[in-house]
Amino acid sequence: MKMTMSQKLLASKAGLDSVKPGQLIMANVDLVLGNDITSPVAIAEFAKFGRKEVFDKEKIALVPDHFAPNKDIKAAEQCKCMRNFAHDYNITNYFEVGKMGIEHALLPEQGLVTAGDLVIGADSHTCTYGALGAFSTGVGSTDMACGMATGKAWFKVPTAVRFNLTGKFNENIGGKDLILHIIGMIGVDGVLYQSMEFTGPGIQNLTIDDRFTVANMAIEAGAKNGIFPVDDITLDYLKAHGKKVPQIFEADEDAVYEKVIEIDLSTIKSTVSFPSLPDNTKTPEQWGLVKIDQVVIGSCTNGRLSDLRKAAKILKGKTINSNVRCIILPATQQIWKEAMNEGLFEIFIDAGAIVSTPTCGPCLGGHMGILAEGERAVSTTNRNFVGRMGHVKSEVYLAGPEVAAASAVKGYLADPNEGDN
Amino acid sequence: MKAKGKAYKYGNNVDTDVIIPARYLNSSVASELAQHCMEDIDDTFTKTVEKGDIIVADKNFGCGSSREHAPIAIKESGISCVIAKTFARIFYRNSINIGLPILECPDACDNIEKGDEVEVDFETGKITNLTKNIEFQAEPFPQFMQSLIEAGGLVAYMVKKGDK
Ligand code: SF4
Repeated sequence: MKMTMSQKLLASKAGLDSVKPGQLIMANVDLVLGNDITSPVAIAEFAKFGRKEVFDKEKIALVPDHFAPNKDIKAAEQCKCMRNFAHDYNITNYFEVGKMGIEHALLPEQGLVTAGDLVIGADSHTCTYGALGAFSTGVGSTDMACGMATGKAWFKVPTAVRFNLTGKFNENIGGKDLILHIIGMIGVDGVLYQSMEFTGPGIQNLTIDDRFTVANMAIEAGAKNGIFPVDDITLDYLKAHGKKVPQIFEADEDAVYEKVIEIDLSTIKSTVSFPSLPDNTKTPEQWGLVKIDQVVIGSCTNGRLSDLRKAAKILKGKTINSNVRCIILPATQQIWKEAMNEGLFEIFIDAGAIVSTPTCGPCLGGHMGILAEGERAVSTTNRNFVGRMGHVKSEVYLAGPEVAAASAVKGYLADPNEGDN
Repeated sequence: MKAKGKAYKYGNNVDTDVIIPARYLNSSVASELAQHCMEDIDDTFTKTVEKGDIIVADKNFGCGSSREHAPIAIKESGISCVIAKTFARIFYRNSINIGLPILECPDACDNIEKGDEVEVDFETGKITNLTKNIEFQAEPFPQFMQSLIEAGGLVAYMVKKGDK
């Protein structure tokens, strides 16, 4: 049986020689993730097992990031529930405020995910780790509870769509433009239940951070997972961060894909998702004049050091438009420290931006930058649903860090390649 | 394990908001949720549904939010199985996890009408339209998934298995 990369990895974790699309399997997971919103529900379900121990205290990661640092009393109770559980069950990878970060930036940075891992997380953007050649996917709280108790999860083996990448990005274009372009092309249910497998010579021109951004938004096209092959760029990253031994799975040469989509990276333009679905994408000639009130640079999609550097390059020596609040959220404490040491904060603060502690915050309309009625934000986050960042009549425009920074300076949605930026 | 009942028929993209509207999510009591199941798409559903009945729909059933309340409301209302051309993936997971059997079978969906008497055999994946006397074949659940549904959901299944 010819298998895709995702199918091979799943077969291995289920202890099977091969699997076929549609097959339901029970597999061993390498990591179970939860956050301050989903964990409390899972913890209640976990209690039904009546276990004194979790399946493996090293293989569970609990990250308070959504409403942390505690935004209000209810959030404080949720975080407390998770903290108590982590303490009672001796969970190694519990990240208290001060050590934390946005889960999907934090886990790879801490070396908790490696190539060949099978990861489930009670958070839909768990698909991010596909960038490292892992099979990772978002699940419900019940799955998380069972994962914590037994180390197992069931899967329906997905078919795959292959995205064959060639060429190289132009100046100020990156992973975010690519994934928004793809979602705009195939739609929010374009790869429903399928794997997105990225291949081709263009991969070598994608940094690991580009890959994180692309894999992160696979869910926004309805995918079960997004996955990249493991190459030297992956292995270098894993060596620098990893504590675990990578295992490389490769698609069979004659693996069957539902579809193959060719993408030449040199043709990708600055791409922005207009309200209120990620597939409502437009390139600069279609933007018109979109005046904005807020810019958010951060999140599990684009809150990494390279994203901050891209923003800093554009903001250096400039002033944020007086009508705009520019909020920058480094995704983890480590990224925060490095950005500070590199002098990026000085650039941001001199330009008139604020730098927040790591948190999901405004991405899900939680705290640290909620929009009022009628306000518009350009944001490097991943969802622009109605009311996602605040009032139901506020609007979110999804973009990469270059577009976000250029827009912060202009006060309207702006293309970083538009001459005088 | 078999299911038998009359069919309720729906189209594409039946989302979790019509399965159980958000205005009722202030409760997570299954019986309360079931009282409002499908009411925004079919106001006869809760009045006529009987134990064993089957929902048949087209593509992307259960799309939208990840609320586990949606399959809970369907199951609690007495529905024994949902057959669709495709399911949104989180709905699929959540259904299986709470012990609501669901099957993908485009053929069956094209050839079952509202009110038809339908029988489903979960072991073989055979779906029979008893009214029209036509058979369809869906991919049967593997043994462990059948046991999972029989046990009443993932947690119950895993707990039981752990005791052996
Ligand atoms: S940054 Fe946004 S999308 Fe990412 S995990 Fe946090 S809330 Fe979810």
